[in-house]
Amino acid sequence: MPAIQPEIPDTLPKLLLAQAARWGARRVAIREKEFGIWQPHSWQACAGHVERIALGLASLGFRRGDKIAVIGDNRPQLYWTMLAAQALGGSPVPVYQDSITAEMHYVIDHSESRMIICEDQEQVDKILEMKDKLPAVEAVIYDDPKGMRHYDYPFLLSLERVQEMGAGFAAKNPGYWDAEVGKGTAGDLAIINYTSGTTGFPKGVMISHGALISTARSFLEVEPLDERDEIMAYLPMAWIGDSFFSVAVAFLSGCTVNCPEDAATVRQDFREIGPTMTFAPPRIWENILSQAQVRIEDANWLQRTLTKFFLPRGMLKAELEGKAVPAGLRALCWAGRWLVFEPLRDQLGFRRIRSAITGGAALGPEMMQFFRALSVNLKQLYGATECCAPATLHRDGQVKLETVGSPLPGVDVKLSPQGEVLIRCGGLFSGYYKSPEQTAAALQDGWLHTGDAGLFDPDGHLVIIDRVKDVAKLHDGTVFAPQYIENKLKFSVYVKEAVTVGNERPCVAAMVNIDMEVLANWAERRGLAYTGYTDLAQNPATYQLVHDEIRRTNETLAPSQRVKRFAILHKELDPDDAEITRTRKLRRGFINERYAPIIAALYDPTAATVAVRATVTYEDGRTSETERQVRIMDVEGT
Amino acid sequence: MPAPTIKTRASGAVAGPRAEPLLRVEAITVRFGAIQALSDVSVDVHHGEIVAIIGPNGAGKTTLLNAISGFYHPQQGRILFQGKDRTDLKPFDVAALGIARTFQNVALFKGMSVLDNIMTGRLLKMRGNFLLDAVYWGPARRQELEHRAAVERVIDFLEIQAIRKTPAGRLPYGLQKRVELARALAAEPHLLLLDEPMAGMNVEEKEDMSRFILDVHDEFGTTIALIEHDMSVVMDISDRVVVLDYGRKIADGPPEIVRKDQVVMDAYLGVAHD
Repeated sequence: MPAIQPEIPDTLPKLLLAQAARWGARRVAIREKEFGIWQPHSWQACAGHVERIALGLASLGFRRGDKIAVIGDNRPQLYWTMLAAQALGGSPVPVYQDSITAEMHYVIDHSESRMIICEDQEQVDKILEMKDKLPAVEAVIYDDPKGMRHYDYPFLLSLERVQEMGAGFAAKNPGYWDAEVGKGTAGDLAIINYTSGTTGFPKGVMISHGALISTARSFLEVEPLDERDEIMAYLPMAWIGDSFFSVAVAFLSGCTVNCPEDAATVRQDFREIGPTMTFAPPRIWENILSQAQVRIEDANWLQRTLTKFFLPRGMLKAELEGKAVPAGLRALCWAGRWLVFEPLRDQLGFRRIRSAITGGAALGPEMMQFFRALSVNLKQLYGATECCAPATLHRDGQVKLETVGSPLPGVDVKLSPQGEVLIRCGGLFSGYYKSPEQTAAALQDGWLHTGDAGLFDPDGHLVIIDRVKDVAKLHDGTVFAPQYIENKLKFSVYVKEAVTVGNERPCVAAMVNIDMEVLANWAERRGLAYTGYTDLAQNPATYQLVHDEIRRTNETLAPSQRVKRFAILHKELDPDDAEITRTRKLRRGFINERYAPIIAALYDPTAATVAVRATVTYEDGRTSETERQVRIMDVEGT
Repeated sequence: MPAPTIKTRASGAVAGPRAEPLLRVEAITVRFGAIQALSDVSVDVHHGEIVAIIGPNGAGKTTLLNAISGFYHPQQGRILFQGKDRTDLKPFDVAALGIARTFQNVALFKGMSVLDNIMTGRLLKMRGNFLLDAVYWGPARRQELEHRAAVERVIDFLEIQAIRKTPAGRLPYGLQKRVELARALAAEPHLLLLDEPMAGMNVEEKEDMSRFILDVHDEFGTTIALIEHDMSVVMDISDRVVVLDYGRKIADGPPEIVRKDQVVMDAYLGVAHD
């Protein structure tokens, strides 16, 4: 149950103040690992910071309706600044900090942000580079001053300075803070999230305080959290998932949010905290699985043998969930729990986890089985930025590997005659910023058109097949869903990314990216020399390895859906090259265009290799061209 | 406007030439048997400067650094640090004066964690008491916490949080170099000697290292003397360049002037010496 009853405040800043009044300095709102130690900040301390930052922003001229761009890793100071902007009736616009300059410029410019808060020098440097082209930006604020001692710009100032200005402003304007917070209403814009989108320019999704809070309420009815729970803030701040969990859900439930020390220490920090609930996109779950597999390969003989014996059995039991499990299997899994599953679970930092949630894209059923075999209660969530993240979720005891669960309380989900998933709930977005046509297309008669093709199974669970526009037909009219096959291919630890093609073609073919981390380890153990990704990807031994994996995957697919030919791409699909989105969704149209020569070769039975030219875009916007030979290989047994 | 990614040289040096130099090397000569490694070399290093020592292989660069840090003792000449003659001090005493260094070939304790390696940089600042240390109580405990906090600041500064507990020997070369720098920084030196801090690194690692060296200089005001081969790095980060060749100083001045010096160009291009 939500912690604050009976009347829930209608904006996030009011919610923060209510929690501060309730818990004061007795409970920790947010923790950050710094200097090797977890540094706690109580609810009261957070409210104090937010108030000072807000008044500092006010003295810089930030007013109702203004926007502030937020760039950086998950840091308490950045969350406070977001809340501070909201308290003044403005909205934060979080930006993916690894975006290339052009993307970052588009978002800041399009959102008309008047101020920018950066985590450190790296982000400030990027902004300084484009400052000339950002006429609306009046102030650039930074948190970590390292390396900027000699920076001298009239518009650049530290967050500490902003807080000092806030304290001065408060002395001159008593009552300003209370009045500003009091003016907030549920309909006010809480945040603008730019979704990278699989086509065209990013769209600014406007989310209101009411939408976030009501969605968080529905979510907490299904997944109760309270002030004793711990969650980890390690998702990109620009993703709606982070605003939803690390802010809306955390503030409503009163649980503690933990910020990792550094992007490279997330897994260690995760294990130290031992969160009780976590939410992550498939990419992260896939990552954890690959790491676990590498560790198992590197373990000693006994550990390896035990794991290889018990893990498939645990996964089989997970697959049979809800049905009768044979007594023998049950007994084996009981033994496996003590010998393998518990230790592994502890190693991965899931010892205290009550529920783990995946969302943002589809996760292969085998991936679900792996975690559920370790008794990690991994559940699927389905939703969209336009409805504050969640719409459907698996319930405990009703997890079906192929589905995304049933709608949350207060959320209506139905299918259009074309099979498109439509959503209606209190958490719907207020529109795309400065784009009424797109808003009108996505939001019709109060229903959100998601663009996903789905169906309901007999238990009322939603099953997502693919994007409506991606469902394709082979030459002979057989329907196939590329994403479904790709997810199966990606379950192989060696395959990081897969793109299947076949629309208006005689058969299905695939282009894959190898998982460099796993393959490097594999090559090392075989004494295979290579110079880099491209070289290893085109090695015949790598092709044979991937071939065997695809062949195994083919056995689980209907004959018409099997991959007949494949190529390993000479480079990794990269958001900087616009091939995938920052949340790692394929941009098919673009990929089909860019890799047209490879696709043509895949359907040319005489072609054994194909020459490709590729333009690589670096993070600073420079480009360079390379030419490579890419092999094509037939898959046996098809 | 362009971002000031590399600080301007003028902002670095806080003291003009009138002030007494932090380190004064006065006409030193170092001989190993018949080999004259350094002959009559004089170098001044002023407060707040970044001085690069360059020269072809075998020019005596490392010997000069070793003489400053007390590994070698010059047969002739004097070395003054903060105005006091300390030509004949042992390395331990030199370190106690506030001179820290890194080595051309990484010299870390390979089996120890990164954290422990950096902690050794604090050794000279620790006041031991065998009994209290043994029970980790009172002042011993306070002291340990203080030193750990100082080490953590260095770890944060050099962004090596993720490898804090990794044994140093397991790290890639570029990171080992960074850990060495961290250990030197932990001693909070007045003068930092870096012996080829960027040797064997790729372009990206070199850029990172240059940035860290400049950050150290900006943040702590540390005076730095470094040996480096990569001329673009030297030109970018140093206030002054000292050129050695066959044990003699052949040039000393701002990078843009030294670069155009005919003698220096000859030394690098290998004009026949007779």
